[in-house]
Amino acid sequence: MNERTLPCERPDTLPDELFRLRGAVPADEVGAVRASSFGFFQDAWRRLRRNKAAVGSIIVLTVVVILAYSAPLIAPYNPNMQNVPYANLPPRIPGISVNGMNGKIPMRGQWVDRYALANVPDDVHYLFGTDEFGRDLLSRALYGTRISLTIAFIAALLDLSIGVSFGLFSAMRGGAVDSIMQRLLEILTGIPSLVLVVLMLLVFKPGMVSIVLALAMSAWAPMARIVRAQTLRLKRMEYVLAARALGMSRFRIALSHVLPNISGTVVVRAMFSIPYAIFFETFLSFIGVGMRIPNASIGTLLNGGYKVFRIYSYQMWIPAVILCVIMLAFNLFADGLRDALDPKMKEQGDAHE
Amino acid sequence: MKRWALYISRRLLYMAVTLWLIITATFLLMSLLPGSPYNYRDQLSQAQIDILDQKYGLNQPLAVRYVTYLRNILHGDFGISLQFSDQPITKLLANRVGPSMRLGLQAVAFGTVVGTILGVIAAMRQNTWIDTFSSLFAIIGRSTPNFVVAVILQFTFAVSLKLLPIGLWKDGFRSTILPTLALSISPMADAARFIRTEMVEVLGSDYIELARAKGMSETRLAFTHGLRNALIPLVTIIGPMTVSLMTGSLVVENIFAIPGIGEQFTKSILSNDYYTIMAVTILYSSLLLAVIFVMDVLYQVIDPRVRVEADA
Amino acid sequence: MSDRHAAGNRNSSNRLEVRELSVSFSTYLGVVRAVRGVSFDLRQGETMALVGESGSGKTVTCRAVMRLLAKNASLDSGSISLDGTDLLKLNRREMRDVRGNDVAMIFQDPMTSLNPTMKIGRQIGEAVRLHNNVSRAKAKSRALELLDLVGIEDPARRYHQYPHQFSGGQRQRVVIAIALACDPKVLIADEPTTALDVTMQAQILDLFKELKRRTGASILFVTHDLGVVANVADRVAVMYAGRIVEIGTSDEIFYDPRHPYTWGLLSSLPALAQDGRLYAIPGAPPDLIYPPTGDAFAPRNEYALAIDDLAEPPLIRVTPTHYAATWLLDPRAPAVEPPPEVARRQRLYADRQVNI
Repeated sequence: MNERTLPCERPDTLPDELFRLRGAVPADEVGAVRASSFGFFQDAWRRLRRNKAAVGSIIVLTVVVILAYSAPLIAPYNPNMQNVPYANLPPRIPGISVNGMNGKIPMRGQWVDRYALANVPDDVHYLFGTDEFGRDLLSRALYGTRISLTIAFIAALLDLSIGVSFGLFSAMRGGAVDSIMQRLLEILTGIPSLVLVVLMLLVFKPGMVSIVLALAMSAWAPMARIVRAQTLRLKRMEYVLAARALGMSRFRIALSHVLPNISGTVVVRAMFSIPYAIFFETFLSFIGVGMRIPNASIGTLLNGGYKVFRIYSYQMWIPAVILCVIMLAFNLFADGLRDALDPKMKEQGDAHE
Repeated sequence: MKRWALYISRRLLYMAVTLWLIITATFLLMSLLPGSPYNYRDQLSQAQIDILDQKYGLNQPLAVRYVTYLRNILHGDFGISLQFSDQPITKLLANRVGPSMRLGLQAVAFGTVVGTILGVIAAMRQNTWIDTFSSLFAIIGRSTPNFVVAVILQFTFAVSLKLLPIGLWKDGFRSTILPTLALSISPMADAARFIRTEMVEVLGSDYIELARAKGMSETRLAFTHGLRNALIPLVTIIGPMTVSLMTGSLVVENIFAIPGIGEQFTKSILSNDYYTIMAVTILYSSLLLAVIFVMDVLYQVIDPRVRVEADA
Repeated sequence: MSDRHAAGNRNSSNRLEVRELSVSFSTYLGVVRAVRGVSFDLRQGETMALVGESGSGKTVTCRAVMRLLAKNASLDSGSISLDGTDLLKLNRREMRDVRGNDVAMIFQDPMTSLNPTMKIGRQIGEAVRLHNNVSRAKAKSRALELLDLVGIEDPARRYHQYPHQFSGGQRQRVVIAIALACDPKVLIADEPTTALDVTMQAQILDLFKELKRRTGASILFVTHDLGVVANVADRVAVMYAGRIVEIGTSDEIFYDPRHPYTWGLLSSLPALAQDGRLYAIPGAPPDLIYPPTGDAFAPRNEYALAIDDLAEPPLIRVTPTHYAATWLLDPRAPAVEPPPEVARRQRLYADRQVNI
């Protein structure tokens, strides 16, 4: 016997009639190699779903967005209503008697029940506590998150549209127009975006619209660069050349051939600009040139909390945690999206023989 | 060599033009500002106003003032701070460069070294707990604004534990520890993430496979071939790192009451001290341009691959 | 049939003995059985070619010998012994001592096989010093010697250059120099000429012939191109779908092939093309996640027998050095006429054998 194990024990017992010629099976009946039976977006979706961190972030973000945008329905108080007698009350959550969540706060080494001191009725609870004017922090956090998210979404959308149009136009046009547009970009990226934003906020009147505009202005340049680079690459591709040879206009080529192919990169980039915008809004409000009081945003809450954090540290922790959770979720989701859409990052080992 | 001279002089020319445009844009923005230096006229004596008007030609048309401003900048004169006891801005800022520089350098050095180590370990132990920990640390570092980190550090180590000074620039190195840590979070996270990605790519490349086939151990391979090639592109992110440090220093210097440029800038913003704002803008922009330039040149010097592309 | 395949017993002239090697990869689509029971020997000073189309498992076989498989690979069974030592049983340290020292490997693409940021000299010297406790100066002189051996002109100057300053063919010579650094017993060359243009291919093949003469190393030469093989190989093993389907001396494979797959490969060589028409084997290789029960080549084989769908043919002996895994060699099988060009070569070969 040969060292090979055979499906049948002994070849010489095989029936003779099997030794007849039957020829090849027609090619179309032969199973082809199943190298990749998934399409690109299916493949990306499969990878995204397998990324636990990304899935977790989607869930967190969905919850945060729903809570923030239903603020008018679920907020227990008017976020701007002052009630000075109830100022600086720490969180009190019904049914929990852990220090820090039961209305007590450490003062001169002792846990003091602030609710009792302020004569708050037993059935009044502030889950996140109140600020120095007695405003309910839970309500302010809900409204504040809504404003911060809105600013971030609009800014991201704006810098996406400006960046994509600029980059696409520059690359499709080429020539002198392209070089001039590139020089413009270079100048813009030579100014630190923070300084740019601050300058613009000084010129415009402070408020939501100017923050959104300033953020969009400072963030679209990198997007434009990426779009231009990708477009230039695609322009050299055979199918784009073919489309040009067929007499398709540059505008139509940009829309029908280039845009769909760069959409992955653009979406990922836009996803990253959302946490960037949230960060900047917080930052501006924190240094005092962002949202103006009494409007709540995560930044103003953080700023308010920082002023009193040595005594009433909860006023700073709460917005800080909200900010970090939102930033983390957006970053993880954007990371997951990038890994899913970038075939270069495909799992190792698939490519082997 | 001739190619180098040509390249560098062309880049320097571009930089000068860019900087000039930035100065012009800033000047125009400032002239659009509601209010003007005259807002503070009440605080100055008539004689002082006359001197100022004379010196800066503030009573002259915009174009003339612009030319004067440019000429003064060329002489290193950024004007006089309108808010801080009439000090010349150049002198005001010069005293503040030291602390900012020191913090920045400490933060970049600490951040990149620790970040690189984290990234290398993560890449070598891909998909193990240590990789997860390092990636998690990197993403948390990226998601937590440095002023939040600064406040948390201050609260924990200075206010609660009383281990380190709350701030001020009085205790030498000890008072730089917390602000340095706060500022280094973002370069650390960036470097860790960047090095991990680069290392994973490098470790999967053919030449690493060849080095493995030579019989080289994984550790040695990671350091002699992997890290070397992963560190080269790290210089490309030093530019963005510098920017994020400048951003960070604005608030972090405030939180720890450090007499640096950032703290001056926030003060000036809040008090509409336009000439100082302009000076800091120009300073930051030149710094950014210089960093980008130096890194580009450095990159070409240390990476033989880029050199060949320039040859072609 | 009851004969043992030439690779049966341990033979003192065998450098490398691969027995019943099976390797699989776990992917998200399923487990790919890339190598399914491969056995062969590599004798001292001999060059053996491993031929097959991509996906046939030849590269995986080589990498298994080096134990440089991807992380998702698993060595399911078999043994690989070098001078009697089973490489699969060595620990990582011991294996490192073998790599580059006893067994060296040359990779397919010279453009990416060298570290772009490190000088050529250092990359060769590194290989020397990893396994020999010698001074830097000694390593340098060895590196210069190696550069000279592989035909790089002006080694002293080239020593200090970076990979991008070398052409593709020169880079492959450098890669070969690295492989030869410690006088390996076995040299594995994984498609060393595939990425090169035709004139470069010829030069590198000449280099291999010369190396064989000068170094006495056993060479395992992997290629998908039978045409390349004729020049360099003493023996040839043809792989299909993770198995060796025919193995024999170069003459036997080129002039007296018995497996229909080898017939197909030979007929598709441009040099042998009949009246200007190039033959192509129809169809595509099988899915190795669900390998077929019978002969994996049967669906594409115009000489397939009914039995091929049911039972996998064993390697059947043709001569003591020549085996083929096809039921056509079974005495009960009908006589078939191979493709005309193959038949012509078989007649030529038969005449020659008689004359000797």
